[in-house]
Amino acid sequence: MGGEVKNAIRCEKISKVFGNVIANEKIDLELNYGEILALLGENGSGKTTLMNMISGIYHPDEGTIYVNGEPVSIQSPLDAQKLGIGMIHQHFKLVNIFSAMENIELGTPGKKLPPKELRARVTALCEKYGLETDPLKPVHDMSVSEKQTVEILKILYRGANILILDEPTAVLTPQETEKLFEILRHMRAAGCAIIIITHKLNEVLSISDRVTILRKGRSFGTVKTAEVDVSKLTELMVGRAVNLEIERPATDRSEEVLKVVDLCVERSDGSTALEDVSFHVNRGEILGVAGIAGSGQKELCESIAGLITPKKGAILYKKENMAGKTPREIIELGISMSFVPEDRLGMGLVAGMGMTDNMLLKTYTRGKGAFVDRAPAKKMAETLVDKFGIVTAGIEMPVRMMSGGNVQKVLLGREIESSPDLLITAYPVRGLDINSSYLVYDLLNEQKKKGVAVLYIGEDLDVLLQLCDRIAVLCHGRLTGVVDADKVTKEQIGLMMTGENWEEVREYGG
Amino acid sequence: MEAKKREPLLRVVKHAELSRTQSFLLRLLAVVVALVVGGIFIASIGYNPLEVYKTMVVGCFRSVMAFQATIKFCIPMCIAALGVTLAFKMKFWNIGGEGQLIMGAVFASYFALFCDGMPHVPLIIIMFLAGFVGGGIWGLIPALCREKWGTNETLFTLMLNYIALYIVTYLRDGPWRDPQAAGFNKIARFSANSQLDKVAGIHFGWIIMIVLVVFVFIYLSKTKQGYEISVVGESRDTARYAGINVRRVVIRTMFLSGGIAGIAGMIQACGADATLSTGVANGVGFTGIIIAWLAQLNPIATLVVAFAFSILEKGSSVIQSSFGLSTACADVLQGIILFFIMAIEFFVRYKIVFAGHKEKKLSQAKPEKKEAAGK
Repeated sequence: MGGEVKNAIRCEKISKVFGNVIANEKIDLELNYGEILALLGENGSGKTTLMNMISGIYHPDEGTIYVNGEPVSIQSPLDAQKLGIGMIHQHFKLVNIFSAMENIELGTPGKKLPPKELRARVTALCEKYGLETDPLKPVHDMSVSEKQTVEILKILYRGANILILDEPTAVLTPQETEKLFEILRHMRAAGCAIIIITHKLNEVLSISDRVTILRKGRSFGTVKTAEVDVSKLTELMVGRAVNLEIERPATDRSEEVLKVVDLCVERSDGSTALEDVSFHVNRGEILGVAGIAGSGQKELCESIAGLITPKKGAILYKKENMAGKTPREIIELGISMSFVPEDRLGMGLVAGMGMTDNMLLKTYTRGKGAFVDRAPAKKMAETLVDKFGIVTAGIEMPVRMMSGGNVQKVLLGREIESSPDLLITAYPVRGLDINSSYLVYDLLNEQKKKGVAVLYIGEDLDVLLQLCDRIAVLCHGRLTGVVDADKVTKEQIGLMMTGENWEEVREYGG
Repeated sequence: MEAKKREPLLRVVKHAELSRTQSFLLRLLAVVVALVVGGIFIASIGYNPLEVYKTMVVGCFRSVMAFQATIKFCIPMCIAALGVTLAFKMKFWNIGGEGQLIMGAVFASYFALFCDGMPHVPLIIIMFLAGFVGGGIWGLIPALCREKWGTNETLFTLMLNYIALYIVTYLRDGPWRDPQAAGFNKIARFSANSQLDKVAGIHFGWIIMIVLVVFVFIYLSKTKQGYEISVVGESRDTARYAGINVRRVVIRTMFLSGGIAGIAGMIQACGADATLSTGVANGVGFTGIIIAWLAQLNPIATLVVAFAFSILEKGSSVIQSSFGLSTACADVLQGIILFFIMAIEFFVRYKIVFAGHKEKKLSQAKPEKKEAAGK
């Protein structure tokens, strides 16, 4: 092409079909050197598929990819590497017992370098792009953001100047995110071309030069970041204007429902998951739990739900201790608690069964005799379909064939239908599109108004701050504070997520 | 600038989930292809495949006696398949049907040999229960060990097969040896009192078979325990979440699974063979796995598939007498059928796209049966 500026990457009418799902349909995309392009779209809009084709994991069914103006066929990640393309995935691919520099060298062609030379090269790379890392530090001692830095170095070491980052900020605190962005800006200044996949609008606005929007597998055009704002981006992403306010109704919160006292939990490998965690949740209240992924959220939920026996401590439901009791015993005590686990199809629901059989999951033992009574479950399934507008080919269709939003409606619907006094939800909007997410927030608020005590494990701090009444922050299994949501800033929570106590951060912000 | 592209020659593409009819047709197709390939095999050793197939089928139905013999093959295979169905539904890979069947036969034989003075009806009932318990214990051992120490159930159940087989050898050569037997060691023939009665010319194992088909069908689809098995099979985490005692379900189900195989053993020893020999199972425990798998763990379908397999078994003895073909030919055919059924599972989920062959313009890519046939 005759233009003066050579595109780093240009995609022309790229299509990809999986079964009868069209993941990408005639997508066009352009990326230049010295720019950061944000790829924005809801879950399932085809962002990751597109990037996987550029990095050689999939091959497009139709269309052409040009790198540096030349049409190319990228058949493997190795091909991509030769073209100078590197992708950083959501899940890191590092060897835990190796040091940073050993991981960086791993898999590169040629002889192993002497450690001194390798170290010098890595250090030089760090200086060039403004990264910070200790080349000798073993990966298992690293924080998430340090591991991410190693992943970036791995790619730069291989000579890549086109970088793709798949939701890099999902696992980072606000401070770490800012640091990552600083690195990316450095790399942009050094002439790299960068694509960042995300669905957090604030981040798009703060880091990118241009935004390409994908919707349902199609590209909905590209805009200059400087010319848009949050509501404009949402509109482009969803297709219409969306009210992004989450309400926080006032309620009667006089009675304490759940009280956790000095809870200590060990993982099956003997490491500490929770250490002396104490908090309480009142009726008519949503208590949010913030923390970096893997800080003990899962163990907290599962010990309350009776799936894990805590090492120490008490879990009081209206003064009745249920620590160490099995789910069956908890039900038999007459405690009405619902749990919406993080792993919906692997824990909350039976993926291969239809809605009816999934409704039975917690109630199948009801009724006398050896036989299961499916009639009430069927009725309940039909009620849920009507009430929550669940889209399904039939209530006997396996739930794994439903879309993510509908799966969550089935699970949340079942749990709410049992009219609980205590509702535990772990990442209830993960993987959902904006509409479904807001429906979930509304449902939780509705429960709150009914006087239910809600424990909400979340990851998006903006949502936690708007939705929850109070926020408890976990860091490495310790509670660094429980604060009123309207008296704390995002930055303060970020600091608490990395281990500082509320008392320490109280003076900042505000 | 002309775009020049290299494309990979073959690509494996996931296609949409098939409907039940579609996947059934695909499997039926696998059987047809297997018969064709089996025919090529028969032709290659110098026989007319159509003639051979015809003789096999006709040979099973040509007389009442021939039909009765076919049913006799069907009974142990069907019951053994029902046994493993329970375990497989739970994703517990019990390949010890053979050993469980043998132990059922051993337990029942004890009463047949040493309590044959008892009145007939109570004796048969006791033998039935003994067969169930014997097989059940053999199913229980690997279940207990897996739940307690996390042992691998596949290897464990497989090894128990050999232990069971050598227990029979030991009994035959030692404590249970028939002193009157000249030549090779063997266990005495059971007295008429400890043999199963005949109904419609076949020992009444066939009635037990039909009762068990109905029982397993209802147990799996209608009872609380059956529901628990399905949940545990799908996901142990979901089962724990629902308050199901996973350990108890696994142990209970494996006892039942082994016990049903044990009933097959009891029927085989006390009905068909009227003695206990090392050939009591004769691979039926393994054939049962194939049958259960082909029947997609559906008990009713199991009966149908087991009957088809018994035609194959009986037919092979017919072609042996008519053509002088070895019965091993039937095993080869079985192997070919199984191979194609397993291979077709791949095409239930994926299809292969050749370079240059464009997808049908992004319209829903309809799963094509033809494609599978080509492979």
